[in-house]
Amino acid sequence: MNEKSGNVTITGVILDERTQVTLDDLCRTCSVDRTTILRLVEEGVVEPSSRETSSLRFSSTTVPLVARAVRLQRDLELNPAGVAFALELLDEIELLRSRIKFIESSTGKQHD
Amino acid sequence: MEYKDYYKLLGVARDATRAEIKSAYRKLARKYHPDISKEVDSEEKFKEVGEAYEVLKDTEKRAAYDQLGNQWNEGQDFRPPPDWDAGFEFSGGSGNAGSAYSDFFESIFGRGFTDGGKQTSGYQPQAQGQDHHARILIALEDSYNGATREITLHAPEVDANGRVVTRERTLSLKIPRGVREGQHIRLSGQGMPGLGNAPSGDLYLQIAFQAHDLYRVDGRDVYLDLPVAPWEAALGAKLKVPTPNGVVNLNIPSGSQAGRKLRLKGRGIPAKPAGDLFVTLSLLLPAAETETAREVYREMEKKLAFNPRAGMGV
Repeated sequence: MNEKSGNVTITGVILDERTQVTLDDLCRTCSVDRTTILRLVEEGVVEPSSRETSSLRFSSTTVPLVARAVRLQRDLELNPAGVAFALELLDEIELLRSRIKFIESSTGKQHD
Repeated sequence: MEYKDYYKLLGVARDATRAEIKSAYRKLARKYHPDISKEVDSEEKFKEVGEAYEVLKDTEKRAAYDQLGNQWNEGQDFRPPPDWDAGFEFSGGSGNAGSAYSDFFESIFGRGFTDGGKQTSGYQPQAQGQDHHARILIALEDSYNGATREITLHAPEVDANGRVVTRERTLSLKIPRGVREGQHIRLSGQGMPGLGNAPSGDLYLQIAFQAHDLYRVDGRDVYLDLPVAPWEAALGAKLKVPTPNGVVNLNIPSGSQAGRKLRLKGRGIPAKPAGDLFVTLSLLLPAAETETAREVYREMEKKLAFNPRAGMGV
């Protein structure tokens, strides 16, 4: 960690639908217990790609989603329903912001 | 070190009730939460109000803090009086792992008290390091071609003395071809080091594109505004068009108007499946600055009998 790792090139993995994580992976990565994740599943914040209870699997895009939900839940003391609602609104805002940015950049160009 | 006015940070009076302190904190926490706020320094502010609340919500800590007196101002150079904290005991905090407190906080309440226990020598705890999350800006072209980029990250780390310091580190990162804005990249083992022999955590990087002079991006699709001359739009033309991975020849159909959108299938972001590149035509008129140009415009006016406002009934 401390050495300058400038010479080593690191290859990352894109988190997408094709890579999967298990319930235990999610628990470890987000430092939460199974119950926390299962409550988020119940609220529809995240959706497992296979519903077999013995081996719940998720798309790897779930990881940042759960990490964010857990941070909000912990820092703002939200319950799972509250965090689900907050995330929906935040996504909506994010979408509107990117639309505005997109529209502004296209109209801006016409006046150049 | 600088004095922290915790009451001022939360915007409450020094005699505020616990309920007032709690609701003031909650409001600010929602405002500055780094997952909510888009302000650049939101994380810093969130930590500050968190630290203020950590102290003021706790009767013991608040009493100890109040003991310092109210003659201090926020940011004023502060040195704790000798033995000032004699007689106060702290029962430990909420155990919010990984949060960095200010020097001021640590000088009063000590370091690492949130761990709630003493470190016994010889005992090496084992725990996987924390995962880290960061955002990086890349050029759109890097997603088209793949690229190796140096990125600089700032991360809090615990130094040899157990203090939390911000450390800068540079990584040489291979940007995978076809990555889209908003996607996350996982770098295994590049998060916080583990305790003992436990493995390091992972580093998650969220991708964002730098603003581009020519292109706009929406998911996998890329948009380009292409200026064309009136005769190119009217008569059709084969034009050289820039795309993020090189110049292509594009056929403009005759009879095109401004705003016409042409789709170059598969020339968007090379994800799987690849996005499209949409070219929107905009008409650019030649300036009528020379007699020749004015002559051509007059000619068109005479010969074309064109009323662009016919649809308006005028």
